Amino acid sequence: MRGDGLYFVEGALPETPTGGAQAEAWQTTRVVGTRQPRIDAYERVSGTAVYPSDVVLPDMLYGAILRCPHPHAKVKKVDLASARSVPGVRAVLAGDSPEADLRWYYTRQVFTRLFDATCRFEGEAVAAVAAETPQQARDALRAIRVEYEVLPFVVEEGRALASDAPKIAEGGNRVGEPEVYTRGDVAKGFSEADTVVERTYRTAAEIHSPMELHGCVARWDGPKLTIWETTQGVYPVQQRVASLLDIPLSRVRVIGHYMGGGFGSKLSADKYHLVAAVLARLTARPVKLFLSREETFRCVGNRPPATMRLKAGVKKDGTLTALEMDVVGASGGYPAGGASLVDWLVRDLYLCPNVKCTSTDVLTTTGPARAFRAPGHPQGAWALEQLVDELATAIGMDPVALRVKNVPALSQGRDDLPYSTTGLKQCLEEGARAFGWEEARRRAPGRGPWKRGVGMAAGTWVAGAGGPPSTVIVKLGADGSANLNMGASDIGTGTKTVMAMVVAEELGVPLDRIHVEHADTGTTQYATASGGSKTVPTESPATRAAALEVKRQVLDLAAEELKLPVAELRLQDGVVTSLKDPALKKPLAELGGLRRRGVVVGVGTRAPNPEDLATCPFAAQFCEVEVNERTGEVRVLRFLAAQDSGRVMNRLTYDNQVIGGITMGIGLALTEARVLDGAQTGRLVSGNFHDYKLPTMLDVPADITSLPVELPDHRANSTGAKGLGEPVTIPTAAAVANAVFAATGVRVTDSPISPARLLPLLAAARKEG
Amino acid sequence: MSDDNVTRHLTRRGFLTTVGVGAAGVAALGPTPAEAAPPAVTEEGDMLRVVLKVNGREHRLLVEPRWTLLFVLRERLGLTGSKAGCERGECGACTVLVDGVPRYACMTLAAEAQGHEITTVEGLMDGEQLGPVQKAFAEHDAFQCGYCTPGQIMAAEGLLRATPAPGREEVRLGMSGNICRCGAYAHIVQAVEKAAGLRQGGGR
Ligand code: FES
Ligand code: FES
Repeated sequence: MRGDGLYFVEGALPETPTGGAQAEAWQTTRVVGTRQPRIDAYERVSGTAVYPSDVVLPDMLYGAILRCPHPHAKVKKVDLASARSVPGVRAVLAGDSPEADLRWYYTRQVFTRLFDATCRFEGEAVAAVAAETPQQARDALRAIRVEYEVLPFVVEEGRALASDAPKIAEGGNRVGEPEVYTRGDVAKGFSEADTVVERTYRTAAEIHSPMELHGCVARWDGPKLTIWETTQGVYPVQQRVASLLDIPLSRVRVIGHYMGGGFGSKLSADKYHLVAAVLARLTARPVKLFLSREETFRCVGNRPPATMRLKAGVKKDGTLTALEMDVVGASGGYPAGGASLVDWLVRDLYLCPNVKCTSTDVLTTTGPARAFRAPGHPQGAWALEQLVDELATAIGMDPVALRVKNVPALSQGRDDLPYSTTGLKQCLEEGARAFGWEEARRRAPGRGPWKRGVGMAAGTWVAGAGGPPSTVIVKLGADGSANLNMGASDIGTGTKTVMAMVVAEELGVPLDRIHVEHADTGTTQYATASGGSKTVPTESPATRAAALEVKRQVLDLAAEELKLPVAELRLQDGVVTSLKDPALKKPLAELGGLRRRGVVVGVGTRAPNPEDLATCPFAAQFCEVEVNERTGEVRVLRFLAAQDSGRVMNRLTYDNQVIGGITMGIGLALTEARVLDGAQTGRLVSGNFHDYKLPTMLDVPADITSLPVELPDHRANSTGAKGLGEPVTIPTAAAVANAVFAATGVRVTDSPISPARLLPLLAAARKEG
Repeated sequence: MSDDNVTRHLTRRGFLTTVGVGAAGVAALGPTPAEAAPPAVTEEGDMLRVVLKVNGREHRLLVEPRWTLLFVLRERLGLTGSKAGCERGECGACTVLVDGVPRYACMTLAAEAQGHEITTVEGLMDGEQLGPVQKAFAEHDAFQCGYCTPGQIMAAEGLLRATPAPGREEVRLGMSGNICRCGAYAHIVQAVEKAAGLRQGGGR
């Protein structure tokens, strides 16, 4: 299914053995679906949780990387001599150091060197040092002399293909041929329309900015390398580090128990892993290497900017007749899917027989893009959902009604594969009702400079089904407490807690008696990176299978001891009871068989997804804003998110994902933009949190309502869950833009809707009006 | 080097403290008490002898004049509850209390912190028991990845010490110097309001 491969950076989806009991769908649940504080909340609020950046090892050195200050340059000469004599310095490396003579790839299409002579973006690694303190390491970086041949740059995606644009790669600045998707005949579709609207939109590049900086601690014990890494996936990091250092997988252990956010920027290994490993080997001491915040703005990924021309045709009754989209997105210095999935909503969200999408990915002299929470989708929604709003106004139809009329039953983007479930219609209708959409729309914008308006938008997420591979082990101890072992990272979404709840559901073991071991390639099971909103639908069925396997063995033991047939027994709240005679029972801790064995082990794997169904989450979001027509300031007053992500596993962390996604979407809508000096230097000018504005508590409403449209997806997998983390941020920015339009009558086509952008548009509108 | 030089050395960063703060408007530390004044002559690269009082315990150590309080807490004292998010006074992950008032530990020199009472998230614990703000954060799920959380908790603690029963807007303003990229703000507001109740009810 399209989207499955999205987060598997290293090629095709691996196979897992099928297995584990094929579970029946849950009819009722006792633990799953309730509001449960996290099982690791204590560690996180007490300060005892050890994040990779907290790791301090005996005799540890600190590493730092010298980065190219130019957007495009050739490294002519690196003089390390004076850096070597800086107090505290223990190792220095550059391109010609034999130890650093390693291959590197941003994508497998293009292999470069760890310290390559060509720098295609500001922030490319040029040299590195290790010193006794991080301050001394920075001193040493300042002492390194580099001679650059500065090359011409191009930083805007719209300029990359111009005939006079400097060539970044041998073959030119276009990454492959444009990707063209067609169904039906758009020319015919437009000729059948009563109204045709066309506009060009742009979303600015965003920086992931997880609060924990990117970095790791590396230590060698002879031939064995251990890396403490703030990552979304310990296994992808292990795989890439082992292959680039050319050592066996079994000699690289990656540990990432806690991690301070990633949002797609920490899915795999980075150059800094290799640098830390090489510095540690060279000095025979552990090396801690964390990037500075300024570095993370330049070289650990971004949501690529997108320029989107969109044209749509609609009949008076609201029937969509044609959609046509041209996308230009920027990968950055190396191919990185710069235009990837921006057109997906145009292909799949609404019923439309005639669709054509052309996506062009270009190289620019900027940091390579990385997957960023729902890659492509918020950008596409920004265009599509604003244009659909405009169509509704043009034909005098309510925007919700127009969308409801065009809800598809089949996934048109996948050749009409049926959805396993779709709650899009319910999201739209129930969301509108709970928000008070119709009343709110009728309210006048108000007098005085502050004008109010409401807006909404919908979305779907291409992935979110999860799938193999995943192996989870559940161990039940003699005292009836349990241990769950899985490789997946908990990136803040509450994965550990959800999985413990699944075990509690099946075995009746209370949550406080379940310990979760995870995210360690040395001790836990293989898992793919946590991303793509696939962790819960991937890991929860595997966890359930493991728990059911434990249950099967426990019931066998109990049947023997109680001398009753297995079919007559059930396990609930930690007690095995006869269904016929409830007086016949045995608490787990009293099972002789379990005591003698010491432990019962159940292994569960993730069964494959059904081949003939598309499993996707859906969303509709509604908001109310206030716009000051004199200052251009926008305040978001309230938000409501109606989400169909299948079964709600933990209502408390579910709601948290919703508010987090909306907060991030408000950033895209109103405040976040990577700003580059395209005129003179090509350098980043928004490289810190003052100039790159993340939403603070004052920028988002406290009033955010999470309204789950709960349709357990039993055909998709054994827990009925679909992904949540990404769909919650897909429609958000577009909903804000539509609300700004409702309040002011002004369409802002370029993100973010900052006062600087909005004021001239308001002034122009006043002139016209 | 004269006395003057040393003072300039310290106050240059003190100056940065005032220009580099986020929306919380953290003011510069007050004048360093006389008894805590650094040695009269400091050569470049020399270590200063300081005594830091953290969570009620005194630590005697040698620090470089440029070492921040955050660096010393995390990398020298093993108090890694305080986090490093930007090290330039823009995110609040490093928030600690200095004499009961929230400060960005990344914008405070270790030498400047001498003579002041420093409280970190570890200092809110009562043995193995969570303090009221910590309890409220856990209960209301006021975090996701948890990396900004110790800083949020310290900001909340400072806010509630100054304003035991804050209104919604006071909470929003008081917490606005702490960025949460996971975006758990709506739950953080609830947690702070809950914590105010817990503290007043002697919930510790
Ligand atoms: S404000 Fe101190 S680390 Fe960000
Ligand atoms: S919980 Fe992740 S940054 Fe706040």
